[in-house]
Amino acid sequence: MSDLNQNMIEKYRNSFLKEVEANVEEGEWVKMCMQCGVCSGSCPLGKHWAHPPQEIFMMIRAGKREAVLASDAMWMCTSCYNCIVRCPREVPITHIMHGLAHYAKRLGLAPKGQPTMAFSQIFWDNMLKAGRVNELKLGLSLYFKDGFVQGVKNSLANAKLGQNMMKAKRMNAAEFFGGHGVKDVSGLQKMIKKAQELEDARIAKYGN
Amino acid sequence: MSAEKKLVGYVCTGCGIGDRLDAKQLLSTAKREGKLQECKQHDMLCNAEGVKLIADDIAAGATHIMIAACSRRAKVEAFHFPDAAMTRANLREGVIWVRPASGENSETTQEMADDYIRMACAELRTINKPSSSGEQSLIKNILVVGGGVTGMTAALEAAAAGYAVTLVEKSGALGGHAALLHKRVPSRAASAGTSNSRNAALPQPAENNVPELVSRVGTTGNISVHLNSSVAKTSGAPGRFSVDIAAESGSTSTGEFGAIIQASGFKPYDAGQLSEFAYGASPDVVTNLELEGLAKAAGDGPIKRPSDGKEVKSVAFIQCAGQRSDTQGHLPYCSGFCCTTSIKQAIYFKDQNPGCDTTILFDDLRTPGAAGEDFYRAGQQKMVTFSKGKATEVVPGSSLKVRFQDLILNEATEMECDLVVLATGMVANSGPDPYAPADAAQVPVASILNLQYRQGTDLPHLKHGFTDSHFICFPYETRRTGIYAAGPLRRPMDMQQAMDDAAGAAMKAIQAVENAGLGRAAHPRSGDLSFPSFRKEGCTQCKRCTVECPFGAINEDEKGYPLYNESRCRRCGTCMGACPVRVISFENYSVESVNQQIKNCNVPDEFQEKPRILVFACENDAYPALDQAAMSGKEITPWARVIPVRCLGSISLSWITDSLNSGYDGVVLMGCRRDDDYQCHFVKGSAMAAERMSKVGDTLSSLNLEPERVVLHEVAITDVERAPKLINDMADTVARIGQSPFKF
Ligand code: SF4
Ligand code: SF4
Ligand code: SF4
Repeated sequence: MSDLNQNMIEKYRNSFLKEVEANVEEGEWVKMCMQCGVCSGSCPLGKHWAHPPQEIFMMIRAGKREAVLASDAMWMCTSCYNCIVRCPREVPITHIMHGLAHYAKRLGLAPKGQPTMAFSQIFWDNMLKAGRVNELKLGLSLYFKDGFVQGVKNSLANAKLGQNMMKAKRMNAAEFFGGHGVKDVSGLQKMIKKAQELEDARIAKYGN
Repeated sequence: MSAEKKLVGYVCTGCGIGDRLDAKQLLSTAKREGKLQECKQHDMLCNAEGVKLIADDIAAGATHIMIAACSRRAKVEAFHFPDAAMTRANLREGVIWVRPASGENSETTQEMADDYIRMACAELRTINKPSSSGEQSLIKNILVVGGGVTGMTAALEAAAAGYAVTLVEKSGALGGHAALLHKRVPSRAASAGTSNSRNAALPQPAENNVPELVSRVGTTGNISVHLNSSVAKTSGAPGRFSVDIAAESGSTSTGEFGAIIQASGFKPYDAGQLSEFAYGASPDVVTNLELEGLAKAAGDGPIKRPSDGKEVKSVAFIQCAGQRSDTQGHLPYCSGFCCTTSIKQAIYFKDQNPGCDTTILFDDLRTPGAAGEDFYRAGQQKMVTFSKGKATEVVPGSSLKVRFQDLILNEATEMECDLVVLATGMVANSGPDPYAPADAAQVPVASILNLQYRQGTDLPHLKHGFTDSHFICFPYETRRTGIYAAGPLRRPMDMQQAMDDAAGAAMKAIQAVENAGLGRAAHPRSGDLSFPSFRKEGCTQCKRCTVECPFGAINEDEKGYPLYNESRCRRCGTCMGACPVRVISFENYSVESVNQQIKNCNVPDEFQEKPRILVFACENDAYPALDQAAMSGKEITPWARVIPVRCLGSISLSWITDSLNSGYDGVVLMGCRRDDDYQCHFVKGSAMAAERMSKVGDTLSSLNLEPERVVLHEVAITDVERAPKLINDMADTVARIGQSPFKF
């Protein structure tokens, strides 16, 4: 993946904006931002970000590639859509945030151990196995992601919640053994594989 | 006016007046005390029958009429009797609407109404029906000075309306700065319903239509163009200006004009003062106007930079260069055209080569006009980089380095580029300010109009060299009646605004021509036929009137006596208020006409404990504000007696001293705002009054009166709550400090 990063740097030498346009979901919108700051002011998490959306867009235009892609700002987006609703230029900000996060991860530049990213990976892997999310396993993998000791601590701390969910039939202990999936799991996996191939081919175009 | 005077009064009992007031009593006051020959009562004077009653009386010989009904600002169409002198007693807005109906108030309410009848009758006895001076003439020629976009548009508009236009241009060609533009900023927004999407169809730089304008001027029959010419001499007055037009060749021709439009435009700011941006040090630092030249030279090919002819691959625009800054030598204001100009120029580069790096460094991007915001988006669509940042320095070199403070990312940073464009502003191309303080160290500028006015050769300025005009109400109207300023001479503006401005000024000029032909005043007393005249025997040649007239209406004869130009006059009466020997008057407004009102109002003796508060309210703002207050049911103290005045500037100090001497307890003066953002309809009248009133304290102390008894307030037409309160405050003051010791 770091090759891809190098190639992208070569290709878009002086225009990170163009790189974003070509590779990031809805990236063509970044140029239309008029820097009014309404998004940053509307974002419930804006205060806690290193760079709120307006600033991220300015950084992209100022060519601050490293700073943008290695930042954990866009990983903080909760998809509340406040910004999209309010942006006077109708910039699809939320989608761009996710697009940037995705692109950074693909290039291997996303901050290591970023919890949102870790969770997203666990979620994806879990979901891919049977075509549906196995809550029990998802919970456990999340609790144990930082090692066994921490995992036990996390599980004990949330034991009560788990029991209640079982009582309410929201979670089933039997799911631990295999668990049920969608009807045609292999068909789904083929589909995903194909999508992955297409995406890889697209990236490969820039990757060499 | 030698004919027998016949004074007739009318008391209306409609609108509740009859229910609240004793009409019989009012009629007898008008006849016995007001000395009217006749006084009639009608239950709705403004209806056809009532109006006919009055008109018939006038036809039968009534020369003076007194209407006691609503405010003089109400029913003006119905009560329009140009064949008689008229006064109005304001019983509705002035009395019944500002007083509570309850029984214990009825006595003071009736007294108020009786006083207003006495005042209106007294005023009526001192005035005459005004008629024009007889000096007026109708010359349907209009002179336009300046052949740029503004001047040409004004000429075309006036010509289209059927007026002959003479257009004087200093240079050898029409078109001015605008003719040098490669393209122009679009003037229309995206079509209705255009989405916000990133690939919406947005307005683009448009063809420069100045050549077309030039040829239209050439082919329009009644425009005669004088190139390489200037105005050597302007004398006369609206309706009868006489102007010498001097050609560079040495020949001079004289023309007669009804009105003048000055469209002398702007001078580009001298970028030589911007050494921090390496202007002059590097040929690759150019101004926005110079870039137009480069773009024109390039045609559809790539724009080349001046130093080595290399194609420009990266360009930075520095907005507000030498503008909106307090630095010595910079312009303190925003020129208003440069943001859209930079967007347009950035698009020149992008359209030719989408790969060209174009950055606009702005502080606030201001995009006025219908197309403004859409045009900004058009620039963004083309990947022009807009960076909110303040340029601090340009380092010359084969590649220019632009240092700037990024205001979003909050850091000092820099960029390299081939060419730097400075978005510099415009400086008004005006003549010398007649009222510039003598000590101001100013670069001498040549006169543009060469007015033969005692008050100076050119239009007065407001600030920064821009022509003074009433910004809110009468933007084209300058302080020289019949001479209209249009375009960037008046305030910084772009081409579209200049064209709109020119159309407005042309309409005003036409109005001035027609008004002058009938001897009528221009705004705000439009249609007024009265004009000031003076009693020569009393005049001491002190020249106060000639100096204080805000409009330069009064010249001087060889003996030093004032020489009035009724058509330059706006009928404010500032000269009347200025005259220390009180010899200036109008047929229908004079020191005496107000004095009689003051005298004829009843001032009860001190034991009745009914104070009297005299209110002078400017008829333009304060008086309508009081009318509004009455309409919304605000109460005013029953001790107040309001006299409308044309302008605070017309107030004679004698009115104040005389009223205090005769037992009035307080005087309230209400006029318009008078600072740089003035609202005074006569520009300086209110300020003059304030200056004169600053000396009233001495008079008060010599009378042993408290200074609080005379107050001056700035009142806006919107001060509906405040205006009545200011009067009631004076009633409180009188209650606190006690009644005047001068009562009989
Ligand atoms: S609200 Fe929209 S236009 Fe404003 S700063 Fe945010 S993205 Fe830009
Ligand atoms: S959608 Fe994301 S970026 Fe937008 S306001 Fe919500 S959290 Fe902030
Ligand atoms: S001061 Fe006013 S009234 Fe007097 S001459 Fe000047 S414009 Fe006319």
